[in-house]
Amino acid sequence: MLTLTLLVLLGSMALALLRAVKGPTVYDRILAANAFSTKTVLLITALGFLVGEAEYYVDIALMYTLVGFIATVAVLKVSEFGNLGQSGAVRSTPAERPNK
Amino acid sequence: MIEVVTVILFGMLAVTAIAAIRLHDLFAVVMMFSIYSLLAAAVFVAMDAVDVAFTEAAVGVGISTVLMLATIGLVGRHEKRPAHRPGLPLAVVTLTGMVLVYGTLDMPRFGDPLAPIHQHVAPHYLQDSPVEIGIPNAVTGVLASYRGYDTLGELTVIFTAGIGVLALLGIRRRKRGES
Repeated sequence: MLTLTLLVLLGSMALALLRAVKGPTVYDRILAANAFSTKTVLLITALGFLVGEAEYYVDIALMYTLVGFIATVAVLKVSEFGNLGQSGAVRSTPAERPNK
Repeated sequence: MIEVVTVILFGMLAVTAIAAIRLHDLFAVVMMFSIYSLLAAAVFVAMDAVDVAFTEAAVGVGISTVLMLATIGLVGRHEKRPAHRPGLPLAVVTLTGMVLVYGTLDMPRFGDPLAPIHQHVAPHYLQDSPVEIGIPNAVTGVLASYRGYDTLGELTVIFTAGIGVLALLGIRRRKRGES
């Protein structure tokens, strides 16, 4: 059962990776990276049960969830405002501009 | 089973690296790097290097993605066409790589239990660290206790670098405020 779970998780990671490689727009890649982050957290937890030390691995998985959230917020801010420095008064979307 | 997982993860790692090289949209490359460091962390966990996975989580997934995004905000998100031909650098890198691989031929095989590195202090660490330190993970025990001064020195270096970066950023912002 655990083997099946791991294989399904690895398969969905491969699919998310495929979307990140092919993805025509930036938003496809953002979504793929976010889904990949979730899948990695799940894989680490499943590996914890496979090894038999789930209590340590769940801690790592929680930390990945928190850190991945920071990265997602930064990615969305850059894709919305163009950089990380400004507070959001000027709206200029880099994904829509051909070149900066 | 864990070997199969590790091999599949390494395969996806290679695919991600090649995709990051071939893409020219830097924003997409940052997303590939984010996936790459998640995969690297999963590999570390699969190979039972939990503390390295913690470091990778903090540095690779979190800070380096944010720093690269901040850089994109400054330089724009499209790769410029390189001004030089890649032939000579590729030859130099290939030659250096071959020499380095040749240099490893004399080294003991990977995982050889009779290698000198496994004979010196490693048996003591592996056998006695749960009793002496009280930490179940031997690697964490070595890093945090046996090499505690070393880790403290590393932290000093990183802290100094952080202060330096903050000083540079502060000077720049003050100049902008004056003008």
